[in-house]
Amino acid sequence: MKIYDGGKIFVGLIIFVGLVTSPFFFNRGKSNIVRDPKAAQMMQSMGLQCVEPKAFMLPNHMQLLDEWRDSVVRKGNRLYKASDGKNYVMSFQNTCMNCHSDKNESCNACHNNLAIKHTCDGCHNSIAVKPYCWDCHIAPKEKKS
Amino acid sequence: MSMNRREFLKIAGISTIAGIGGTALAIGLRKGVLDAAQTAPDTGALTGKRWGIAIDMNKLKSEENIKRVTDACHSIHNVPDFSNTKDEVKWIWTETFEHSFPGQEHKFMPEDMKRKPFLLLCNHCDNPACVRVCPTKATFKRKDGIVMQDMHRCIGCRFCMAACPFGARSFNYRDPRTGLNPEKINPEFPTRTKGVVEKCTFCYERLAKGIKPACVEESNGALVFGDLDDPASEIRRILASKYTIRRKPELGTEPNIYYIIGGNDYAVVPEIK
Ligand code: SF4
Repeated sequence: MKIYDGGKIFVGLIIFVGLVTSPFFFNRGKSNIVRDPKAAQMMQSMGLQCVEPKAFMLPNHMQLLDEWRDSVVRKGNRLYKASDGKNYVMSFQNTCMNCHSDKNESCNACHNNLAIKHTCDGCHNSIAVKPYCWDCHIAPKEKKS
Repeated sequence: MSMNRREFLKIAGISTIAGIGGTALAIGLRKGVLDAAQTAPDTGALTGKRWGIAIDMNKLKSEENIKRVTDACHSIHNVPDFSNTKDEVKWIWTETFEHSFPGQEHKFMPEDMKRKPFLLLCNHCDNPACVRVCPTKATFKRKDGIVMQDMHRCIGCRFCMAACPFGARSFNYRDPRTGLNPEKINPEFPTRTKGVVEKCTFCYERLAKGIKPACVEESNGALVFGDLDDPASEIRRILASKYTIRRKPELGTEPNIYYIIGGNDYAVVPEIK
């Protein structure tokens, strides 16, 4: 089998594939999601704790929120029994945002002390997802620090 | 490879079954992150089977009375005010008798009745036309009778607005946040977004905490809220002792908002034997 203009075609193909995949190579290893195990420990020692462990929440919070929403809006069940047995009111605006109070800047003084940025938008922006929760749910007023 | 028609059809059939069955299986096996036992209703919630309100028009004496009621609802639910009827969003509002109960008016009726503003809101109908037409089930009937809105599902098609014979629904033509005073936004309740339909929700968020709807609370007894399926409830006793009318009952949506029009305050509410 002979491919006419094979050389040109293959060179072109390689350049094309290179261009298309270049963003992946450029961004490799870059991430502004800072994961600091110390932060989680510190939160816990201060009695601050999310409804489920961080290891579960980081990858699963969107499913959890989705199911909370269905449970509250469609079934009228508003209480959530966490895996540690504690009860929470399932409310994005009134429960989650009590602690995750500042979606743009650093979460709280604790995180500032540790000089890490663990923010809702920090993570969402870096993985390029744009949740539109805040079109309706009111984000608490951002603290000017 | 050659294949006859019969073999081809067999393979096609088997692939179809495998495809459909496989998808169904995959969906069936996909588990949520919560299990059902993890969620429960609020312990102190008000529960009922068919919530309704009886509105005693004799007790809504002044415009201020009525304004207090409508303002209470609109402020806690972050209902925007654009000060023009085209973009208006309303959960509870007023109309004249003639517009509220078309066909019931006549020229000899009391003058003040003709002019009086009647308090209107979603009727949380037993047979809601809005729910029947909603293509996404964004609006649905809850077990307690509330006709609920799931804003996450609303696609803004406005079928419900066309279907509702009571004008109870409003469309967000503009970003509602531009019609709200940022100082006065209730941080505990969401706003809506541009492009969705909204209406009264019977204060489901307050019922869950065990308190009555805001309009009822602000009305000084003119609005009585209760379970129409409970014969011992105050609202049932009022309906049994007073003549009441509903809006457009001939349309068959079975509204659950009752109006006491004439007569004096109900003097004696008969006890249940
Ligand atoms: S009054 Fe209109 S919006 Fe409310 S339940 Fe009846 S049909 Fe639906």
